[in-house]
Amino acid sequence: MTDQTVTMRLWRGDAEQGEFRDYQVDAQEGEVVLDVIHRIQATQAGDLAVRWNCKAGRCGSCSAEINGKPRLLCMTRMNLFEPGEPITVTPIKAFPLIRDLVTDVSFNYEMAEKVPAFAPRAKDPKTEADGHYRMAQRDIERVQEFRKCIECFLCQNVCHVIRDPHVTERAFAGPRFFVRYAELEMHPLDTSDRRELLRQRMGLGLCNITKCCTEVCPEEIHITDNAIIPLKERVVDKRYDPIRRVARRLRRPKPAEPPAHPGS
Amino acid sequence: MSEYESHEFDVLVIGAGGAGLRAAVEAIAVGARTAVICKSLLGKAHTVMAEGGIAAALGTVYPEDDWKVHFRDTMRGGKMLNNWRMAQIHAQEAPERVYELEEWGAVFDRTDDGRILQRDFGGHRYARLAHVGDRTGLELIRTLQQTAVHRRAEVFMECTVVNLVTDGTRISGAVAYRRETGAFLVFRAKAVVLATGGIGKAYRITSNSWEYTGDGHALALWAGADLIDMEFVQFHPTGMVWPPSVRGILVTEGVRGDGGILLNSEGRRFMFDYIPEMFRGETADTEEEADRWYADKSVRRTPDLLPRDEVARAINTEIKAGRGTEHGGVFLDIASRRPAEVIKRKLPGMYHQFRQLADVDITKEPMEIGPTCHYMMGGVRVDAETAAATIPGLYAAGEVAAGLHGANRLGGNSLSDLVVFGRRAGMAAAEYALGVEGQFVMDPAEVDRIAADAVAPFERDRGENPYAIQRDLEECMHTLVGIIRTEAELKQALDEIAALKERAGRVAVEGNRQFNPGWHLAMDLAPMLAVSECIGRAALERKESRGGHTRDDYPDTDPEFAKVNVRIHRNGEGNGVRVDHIPLPEMPAELAALFEEQH
Repeated sequence: MTDQTVTMRLWRGDAEQGEFRDYQVDAQEGEVVLDVIHRIQATQAGDLAVRWNCKAGRCGSCSAEINGKPRLLCMTRMNLFEPGEPITVTPIKAFPLIRDLVTDVSFNYEMAEKVPAFAPRAKDPKTEADGHYRMAQRDIERVQEFRKCIECFLCQNVCHVIRDPHVTERAFAGPRFFVRYAELEMHPLDTSDRRELLRQRMGLGLCNITKCCTEVCPEEIHITDNAIIPLKERVVDKRYDPIRRVARRLRRPKPAEPPAHPGS
Repeated sequence: MSEYESHEFDVLVIGAGGAGLRAAVEAIAVGARTAVICKSLLGKAHTVMAEGGIAAALGTVYPEDDWKVHFRDTMRGGKMLNNWRMAQIHAQEAPERVYELEEWGAVFDRTDDGRILQRDFGGHRYARLAHVGDRTGLELIRTLQQTAVHRRAEVFMECTVVNLVTDGTRISGAVAYRRETGAFLVFRAKAVVLATGGIGKAYRITSNSWEYTGDGHALALWAGADLIDMEFVQFHPTGMVWPPSVRGILVTEGVRGDGGILLNSEGRRFMFDYIPEMFRGETADTEEEADRWYADKSVRRTPDLLPRDEVARAINTEIKAGRGTEHGGVFLDIASRRPAEVIKRKLPGMYHQFRQLADVDITKEPMEIGPTCHYMMGGVRVDAETAAATIPGLYAAGEVAAGLHGANRLGGNSLSDLVVFGRRAGMAAAEYALGVEGQFVMDPAEVDRIAADAVAPFERDRGENPYAIQRDLEECMHTLVGIIRTEAELKQALDEIAALKERAGRVAVEGNRQFNPGWHLAMDLAPMLAVSECIGRAALERKESRGGHTRDDYPDTDPEFAKVNVRIHRNGEGNGVRVDHIPLPEMPAELAALFEEQH
């Protein structure tokens, strides 16, 4: 793409009211959508609200929907789009709008507070006598995949369950936090068991593995296959382990509760 | 003042990068009521962009490494202008802090025997950087963020501090605003920890994010604290240069640590032509020796991994001599040196970044790179043990503090700085706050004045565009206070900064106070301009070349300047700054002896 003038159709407004507004703006070779938005800020709309930080795909601040697709503004090249066609940018949909392209993502910070902390095991007095843990690289590769998450919340944004207006009690953590739980569950040092919490309070059962989250992940984390499905299997294993099941019956002679549905 | 949202804490930490979060965790552990205030969402701070690793003499790859070697490397990298005691504490405590991160959930890459793997980096004698591929900063911030959340740190996200308040002699609080609503916030606090990072947004080509507007430097200066070493700005040798929109984005030194080499347009490994006298004894002078060094530490290190100031200057010289690439950089080649699968495994972020932003496959072709403004060595003058600034109740840690890195920082020493001195600052601030007596006074009239100044840009009908002022400042700093400096250009820069300050006084913004980036920038101009003036003034004062400060008119190091830090302080009238010299703390003989040994 050589330098040209493009039409950017941006959502302007707050929680009360808003509209699409078109901006004619120069786009130079190699630019990303965030560059063009910055040019609009500097020359035409100084108060245009947009979140961003690193502009290198590492911090996950600038999530938005571009022509309806959830993306990072800083990693979306302008040459992806047909010349002459307007490019529409809207805020991500799953969270309440603050202004223009900025939404209130505090739901995710509330969910983060509910994750029980990492609880490492004691060191092995024989193999770890120097006081430092040993872990094999092959045993941490899956955990490292999950820890690539930049918390852009695009996976949360496209999740059907989070978008479902009936999920009002927020008893659903969402894909970002299933990745976090999976990371802790699969961490070779962690000793805590979060499976009942996932089943009863975090709504793991509500996920119907449509993989929308995986498709939008800019870090290409296999959210569904590597995090959510294995978590579901672990929860089921615990639930239907026959010995534990008998033990549970003996302890508590009432039928197991149905999975909590936050909408009910 | 009663109309403002107000809070009271023992310790207020400003900034939620590695240093701020580590300080908060420690202050809470001591028992202080602690809050963290940050301009972005939690977890987005600039620490997230650190790539290559965290330097600590763990000795997992080279058992012969220890704190003394790390100390020596750090001091030599800093051209001996470092605060020796900070460099010693840093080298001694970094390993403990790295293992602590692991206890808190960080998952570093491993050696074959299951220990923390360490990577080669510029200026470090041994492979010393614990890392996670090329996203170590993300690992650090996530680990500290999660730890702080679990320990119930109170976090004020997307809030900016506009001024500290003192009760004459000591810190008594801070005034801030919420970016989302524009509403003001008043914090009464007995102690403040500055952990605000750097100043890169004053420069046109930078690896730094928008947050890096020198807030902590300016807050300290305005409150009456000393700044030192403000002339030392690090230009990282390898930023992206093409396409223009990505110019400045960091390319990790890990590329060279893992085998990448620098080439000019003639295909020559030019770094062999730029080995300075100071490093001649420990730097390879043939390609054969340099290439052996990656696996055999008995030979000398490749000059591609000289300290950053040396490499950035060399690249600058090559480009000026006409041996640069089409887009004004030089080549960084790892494609011809390492197999594709190794590159993708060790440098996944770089692979992704070049593929997505520049259509370059780094496993097949060389990268084009050039220097980018990356790090501020200068900052708040602090006590080595406690990170205390020169006014009671004020502490500083991380990039906003000065001393550890001297005239030039080694790669990997920043992440370790954050956790070593973040912890010390948090501890000392909490202990001070819990022990200090008396009433802390915040003058309501002062708070009102700060708030009124902040909203003034809305009341001007026609005025200066804040974006235009920032662009002009970036241009000024880049061309006149960049890698190579002269007296005439520095004086011109100071004149231009004075003019920009006047323009900033007439800035006008549109819209309302709700999440308004134009207004936010208008307020960030004040610290940016204050810090830029300090850099210019200090650079003019240091009439020699050393580390991240190169004077074309004084090209050599001067033994007299080796004994002093340039100090900047608010003047008596409070309307400007004064500049003087203070003697460098003297290193004890047993440490000085480390520098007499031959390599």
